[in-house]
Amino acid sequence: MNLEGIQIKVHDMSLRDGMHPKRHQITIAQMQAISRGLDEAGCPLIEVTHGDGLGGASVNYGFPAASDEEYLRAVIPGLKQAKVSALLLPGIGTTDHLRMARDCGVSTIRVATHCTEADVSEQHITLGRKLGMDTVGFLMMAHMAEPAKLVEQALLMESYGANCLYVTDSAGYMLPEDVRARVALLREKCRPETELGFHGHHNLAMGVANSIAAIEAGARRIDCACGGMGAGAGNTPMEVFVAVCKRMGIETGVDVFKISDVAEDLVTPIMDFPVRIDRNSLTLGYAGVYSSFLLFARRAEAKYGVPAREILIELGRQRMVGGQEDLIEDTAMTMVRARGLLPANA
Amino acid sequence: MPSLDSLDGDRLDMEKVRCALIGSGNIGTDLMFKLQRSPLLEPVWMVGIDPNSEGLALAKKQGCKTSDQGVDGLLPHVKADRIQIAFDATSAYAHKENSDKLTRLGVRVIDLTPAAIGPFCVPPVNLREHLGKREMNVNMVSCGGQATIPMVYAVSRVQAVKYGEIIATVASKSVGPGTRKNIDEFTRTTASGVEKVGGAKQGKAIIIINPAEPPMIMRDTVHCLTEELPRQEEVTRSVQEMILEVQQYVPGYRLVNGPVFDGHRVTLFLQVEGLGDYLPKYAGNLDIMTASATRTAEMFAEQLLASAAMEPA
Repeated sequence: MNLEGIQIKVHDMSLRDGMHPKRHQITIAQMQAISRGLDEAGCPLIEVTHGDGLGGASVNYGFPAASDEEYLRAVIPGLKQAKVSALLLPGIGTTDHLRMARDCGVSTIRVATHCTEADVSEQHITLGRKLGMDTVGFLMMAHMAEPAKLVEQALLMESYGANCLYVTDSAGYMLPEDVRARVALLREKCRPETELGFHGHHNLAMGVANSIAAIEAGARRIDCACGGMGAGAGNTPMEVFVAVCKRMGIETGVDVFKISDVAEDLVTPIMDFPVRIDRNSLTLGYAGVYSSFLLFARRAEAKYGVPAREILIELGRQRMVGGQEDLIEDTAMTMVRARGLLPANA
Repeated sequence: MPSLDSLDGDRLDMEKVRCALIGSGNIGTDLMFKLQRSPLLEPVWMVGIDPNSEGLALAKKQGCKTSDQGVDGLLPHVKADRIQIAFDATSAYAHKENSDKLTRLGVRVIDLTPAAIGPFCVPPVNLREHLGKREMNVNMVSCGGQATIPMVYAVSRVQAVKYGEIIATVASKSVGPGTRKNIDEFTRTTASGVEKVGGAKQGKAIIIINPAEPPMIMRDTVHCLTEELPRQEEVTRSVQEMILEVQQYVPGYRLVNGPVFDGHRVTLFLQVEGLGDYLPKYAGNLDIMTASATRTAEMFAEQLLASAAMEPA
């Protein structure tokens, strides 16, 4: 398909989804340096919050190096053209967090639910619109809903006031055909003025290909992470995606060399380990498991001696959804006991 | 033997405290079945606002008086039918008005909505305190609160808890439209209960809705961060004792894993399976609400019966 001349908006994830591999420990100085680099390279929208969204600071998901408010207040004034978005998962964050983000100057609020539970987003989407924000409905683990079901849920979000709807491949499980089927049906059923977006993970190395498929089917907003820094094997690497777009004539407004420099000079150096496809992140994509479970499974492996891959497969078998990080340690303990390996007093 | 049984039953019936159910949805209907089994309580009325509701039809079939005029359909009968306790399972929006109308007539109100105009009641933690004060309106916090606050308290009664966090994971099918429309109310109310009743200095609550089929049984995780390093043996004993307390009214309440001790963190992994009265067993979140409300009403009833016995006949 000829996509030449199509304008899309890329949305950086490295400072939000990238918080997962960083255990939410990105420093304020690092956030400032990276966000300025992204701004300079032409990236129009940058997400900044705890990895699990506003209010994610917890024992369950990890306490961050700074609060959402501290990050937002440190990043936003330093940007020349880029706007900042915040993620919010109802059940974790509340409308209080949303108001705080707006006060800090956040212009885009992304309200995220599991792909079949869109109706928990009503109060947050309604408020986002009321506050005049660019309001996005973000349907996570979208591979777990057939296209028709996903559309039904997306239309709920649209009815609450979302002006942009996302197909979110949280597990990095989808193949281009899966993406195309969902985005195309959404394009057909939702209002013509409603924008569509795609959020990919690179667990099966499909981030770029899936994003191109999404554009072909009508998506105009694409999530990428500079340096690929995101949960699991990371998100669609922005510098690669922007280069591919350039070759295809898709207009992103982002400079290929400048964004590559940000990836190489600012993002990669802060990684605690290479964010890449290894046997565990591959398993996420292969078995359809929420990408941010990766580090939790690794820690459970270290503590209980059950291979992370086996824990991840079990979590997938139980059809766990995003946010159920608490049950990873529980699952590992149950597996160990079933194998007769857990001492009685542990 | 059968004659003795029925005699015994008749005698108890005479002593039962007469109750009304406001709201004919899932919660109200499940409550009715629990009250019918109670040795101390008798469901006499159920009122709703939908004449076609399954709950009202079932209540009628079970011998309750019913009205589809809401609480106003009940008020003229409160005195003649000697209603002493009412359960409100409608909505936070309707609760205050319902409660005012009933308490004015001397009826004690147990609030299962998130309205929380009265003090929080978590039976194994603070029910006795409310009895002492003869509260006219108590609130049952939330499903996640009933499932987890006893555990936060089990830790905080041993040693100071500077932070308590709970994660309630519930089956999609067990979460009604009211909760979905105002999910922030769950997180705020539950976090507040973790502090005020659980005894944590700071509380946080998270709710996750899982659509898996067959539906998953309610799971709850409790994380406490203690001020000093956890006194492991004492905490473990306290938790085990509290599990037994809760099991008295929710038999399917169990500790699946833990306590896990990791530095200052104490973590408990719980499962709440319901009794399956009217609601399916996986909906332990709803069952623990109706069971806790029933437990609360039974304690109120004991008090009412005791004070009635003191008065001349």
